[in-house]
Amino acid sequence: MPDTRDVVSTVLGFARTLRNAGVAASPDRVEAMLAAVAHLDVLDATAVYWAGRLTLCGSPDDLDRYDAAFAAWFSGQVPRGRPRGGDEPARLATVAPLTGGGTGDAGEEPSDLATKASGAEVLRHRDVAELTVAERVELRRLFALLAPATPMRRSRRRAPSPHGAVDAGRTVRAALRDGGEVRRLAHHRARPRPRRVVLLVDVSGSMSPYADALLRFAHAAVRARPASTEVFTIGTRLTRVTRELRLRDPDRALAAGGAAIPDWSGGTRIGEVLKAFLDRWGQRGTARGAVVVVCSDGWERGGAELLGEQMARLHRLAHAVVWVNPHKGRSGYEPLTGGMVAALPSVDHFVAGHSLAAFEELAGVITHA
Amino acid sequence: MLRQVTQPTDPAQLADALESTDYLPDEGLATAAYLALVMHRPLFLEGEAGVGKTALARALAEVTGRPLYRLQCYEGLEASHALYDWDFGRQLLHLRAAEAAHATGDTEQLEAGLYDRRFLLARPLLQALEDSPSVLLVDEVDRADDEFEAFLLEVLSDFTISVPELGTIRAETPPLVVLTSNRTREVHDALKRRCLYHWLEHPDFDREVAILRRRLPEVTDELARQVARATGRLRELDLLKPPGVAEAMDWASALHALGCRELDPDTAARTLGAVLKYREDGERVRSLARGALFGA
Repeated sequence: MPDTRDVVSTVLGFARTLRNAGVAASPDRVEAMLAAVAHLDVLDATAVYWAGRLTLCGSPDDLDRYDAAFAAWFSGQVPRGRPRGGDEPARLATVAPLTGGGTGDAGEEPSDLATKASGAEVLRHRDVAELTVAERVELRRLFALLAPATPMRRSRRRAPSPHGAVDAGRTVRAALRDGGEVRRLAHHRARPRPRRVVLLVDVSGSMSPYADALLRFAHAAVRARPASTEVFTIGTRLTRVTRELRLRDPDRALAAGGAAIPDWSGGTRIGEVLKAFLDRWGQRGTARGAVVVVCSDGWERGGAELLGEQMARLHRLAHAVVWVNPHKGRSGYEPLTGGMVAALPSVDHFVAGHSLAAFEELAGVITHA
Repeated sequence: MLRQVTQPTDPAQLADALESTDYLPDEGLATAAYLALVMHRPLFLEGEAGVGKTALARALAEVTGRPLYRLQCYEGLEASHALYDWDFGRQLLHLRAAEAAHATGDTEQLEAGLYDRRFLLARPLLQALEDSPSVLLVDEVDRADDEFEAFLLEVLSDFTISVPELGTIRAETPPLVVLTSNRTREVHDALKRRCLYHWLEHPDFDREVAILRRRLPEVTDELARQVARATGRLRELDLLKPPGVAEAMDWASALHALGCRELDPDTAARTLGAVLKYREDGERVRSLARGALFGA
């Protein structure tokens, strides 16, 4: 019979190894593992393996790391092969250039309120790719004011309302107070709930002049409705940046987002990345019934056919598909690139996204989609 | 023959009992279920659709001889659908009856009588606590919303429900709780921390053959092996919906219904609808060389 202290120190050491490997393994979980081990055969490696895995892990992403840490600490074999369904292992993040050379507050603020206002009016319609550093700084401030309202959908929850179906519960409760006399019918009706908005932002090389603005728009959207907005970047791979964009300060949020994006300014394989999104997130429910906004110029290196297929799939899942193409704002633009041609049949709203005014319009499209 | 075991002494014994209900768990799942039972901790099961998450709760109820209560989650699920509701109609009737009988008595007493246990409609969570020891299946918890999760966490931490008009209802023995999730969204960590976490995988080849043989004894051994092998290959194809155990069983019984004793490429192609549930997946597989998939 092994000493209890041995078991405890072994488990604690293992938990430390596991934490170093990136699994949370909080103290209460470690306590749970000790309790689990007590119910099993301590000398059986497989039992200890499962006791730990069941209590210390919390998602399929943890399982590979758990297996590695278990093998390292107990230098025993791991009972089962590689778990299925886990996402790719963690990647090293790279820091990306987020601003067009601007370093925050340059001392060139226009002091006069009037010039500021009219300047803002002009800026609203300027193409964000053609701005000077000072203009960018000014525009960023205006971006922070954008708060796209969320589209609403009906829900099963009901709220008291002067009209609508009779609320039996409230009616009878009121009647009970009056000695069983129904004096007035109470009503309720379905309470509208925010519809999910999913933004897919292309961060490939051809989009780099607009990526900063698009991510700022995404940040404003996340800030307005943190619970019902999801943001992913697409390029050569799919990255979820929702969590990073929840930071309050836009510059810090974008820096965090940039750190999370491994494929900044790379090539574009929208079709493949869209497929990855639909397989891992969309099909499961993120895109289902949502307003999905794809922000891209449609330059596709992969086959346009795959993109067409995936867009059709997205269209079947989503409530509405919006495509934002910054080039659409230029006069004489025609959607002729292969990717755009393949995608357009599955798009409900095709809008520009090159200036603040265009983003305001986009916010309106999302709200009423 | 069903072997019941109310208080198993180790995971192997529980696995044996589960096998007698034709549910064949692997070692990890048996350990998870055993620990959930002895540690009184909810079991959080995640995995692709069709790997047998819901079926485990049913099998556990059967082997432990406990009643099963199932709460299906959906967006907008409210506490009154999960916990309890008052039977307003009967309350009103009670009041009318008292009136008709010219029951004098004081109003307070009459009012208190309205909130009697017999006017309370128990929903799955309350039923499971009242009827404990029981098995409570909270199915597809990822579909409910955040507020409901927080509320569930509260119920699962101390297994009590308080009804303002009645008082607190406590489970003598905590029910065995199984939560399932298809991972349509991330469930809050606080809820997961209360639970034992198990990621359920598709069964390996041998186990799948064993499951097919056990559930469909009429299917030949050869057919079961071929169906399991072909299903395993289909799962590697990066399909929209990789087939689960349920689909493998549907397929085998469809083939059996057509009088097949072995899987041949033509019949396989004709019966693909039993395993693949998307047009794109069907087309994809039909366009591949048949021999590669359904050959020996």
